[in-house]
Amino acid sequence: MNAPIPAAALTDPTVEPAPDAMLTVRIRRGDGFQAFTVARRSAQTILDVVTEIQREQDPTLAYRFACRVGMCGSCAMMVNGRPRWTCRTRVAAVAEEDGLTLEPLRNLPVVKDLAVDMEPFFEKWTAAHGAFEPGDAPPEDFAVVAPDSPERRAVDAGIECINCGVCYAACDVVAWNPDYLGPAALNRAWTLVNDVRDQGQAARLKAVSGDAGCQSCHTHMSCTEHCPKALAPTFAIAGLKRATARSALKRFGSRHFRRSA
Amino acid sequence: MSAGTQTALPRRGAFRAARPRAGFAAALLHRLSGVALALFLPMHFIALGTALQGADRLESFLGLTHNGFVRTAEWGLVSALALHMVLGLRVLALEWFVTRERTALVVSVCVAAGLAVGLLFLLGAA
Amino acid sequence: MSPLLYVAQRGTAVILAVAVAVHLGTILYAVRGGLTAGEILGRTQGNLAFLVFYGVFVVAAAIHAPIGLRSILREWTSWRGRSLDGAMLGVAALLLVLGLRAALAVYVA
Repeated sequence: MNAPIPAAALTDPTVEPAPDAMLTVRIRRGDGFQAFTVARRSAQTILDVVTEIQREQDPTLAYRFACRVGMCGSCAMMVNGRPRWTCRTRVAAVAEEDGLTLEPLRNLPVVKDLAVDMEPFFEKWTAAHGAFEPGDAPPEDFAVVAPDSPERRAVDAGIECINCGVCYAACDVVAWNPDYLGPAALNRAWTLVNDVRDQGQAARLKAVSGDAGCQSCHTHMSCTEHCPKALAPTFAIAGLKRATARSALKRFGSRHFRRSA
Repeated sequence: MSAGTQTALPRRGAFRAARPRAGFAAALLHRLSGVALALFLPMHFIALGTALQGADRLESFLGLTHNGFVRTAEWGLVSALALHMVLGLRVLALEWFVTRERTALVVSVCVAAGLAVGLLFLLGAA
Repeated sequence: MSPLLYVAQRGTAVILAVAVAVHLGTILYAVRGGLTAGEILGRTQGNLAFLVFYGVFVVAAAIHAPIGLRSILREWTSWRGRSLDGAMLGVAALLLVLGLRAALAVYVA
């Protein structure tokens, strides 16, 4: 979609590094940093680098990964100060002159080294009513949803989220207001607000409102710029701002300007 | 066992861990200009309120403002007002009209517009 | 920020965008060759359009500013809760009273 391509990504990652090129990697471990040196290899990813360090140099290094191909959303960390999925980030695209600096994802408690506790992230997912609500009496038959309806398109725009936490780490509002639900949970809520089968909309709009909710977003665009899946949570959150405003105005109107509500 | 060497922390702003981007700069400028305006407004109102005691009082108050410091502050406030307005219009466009933007370009234009109004003010007041 | 505060802040923002544009134009026009009380009051005295315009401007600003200040204080300081909301209501009242007094002052002076 509209996530800008970082200038660094334009350097051709397929260019072979010099045969004896080395890379300095500073990894945050607890309160300090530890420096390692690894060989540059062709098509090397950040995850390759971390794995090589853990297998060849220091087996006590903790990090997390599963699929290695950008599907599972478990390997994100801060690379040179920016949150990235490490399995699909090439060293050639992001290494700076003095190498790499790797830190655990921002805004989440650290378990050890590069592994963070994702619990608060998923708790907020739940708090934002991020689960489909079929209602007490779901219809017997399948719902018909036209693929090109505006609602279905809005769902499509945000549905590919893999819960990697990159947007959550990029968000300044989360850093300033730890209660803030964050881009991922609000993006998920927006896909469900546009699900015409869902029966829990009033409660969901209430859950995503307030000082922890969508109105606290200041449109820094960090989530949208960093999302590795090129989603645009900023605009999903803007959708929630409009939807909650509309519903609040309706409630306000029926309370104060109509005799029978 | 542990390979590698302990090193010092790399330099990183205490204010935020992720590197600043144009959208962050826009929000920061929006916020700081807003605070400046909110602090200035009561003084502005009190100054104009002196007219209740006659035009002479307002005139003598305006006389106090004919110095370099106040002039600089006035220029800053006019720029802040213009900047706060254009950055606010950007936010409204993003929120209500889902404008897909090239953030760095749009923010640069907003800042330039704010500074241009400040410059016009300086040229006029000179 | 509740949805109604959001509507209030963005709604007043639209009003303020128009008002600020007019106000900036007036400033740039008025400061040419220096600012005098006579010039200011010459424009505003007994001018009902000015009074209504600045009345609306003041009301919108008095709603808009405290909502923004509240977010800033919540995020950059540890001030939360009822005392903050009360203080912001106070700021709104202060801006409203001082602002309307100023608009009236240059109208009747």
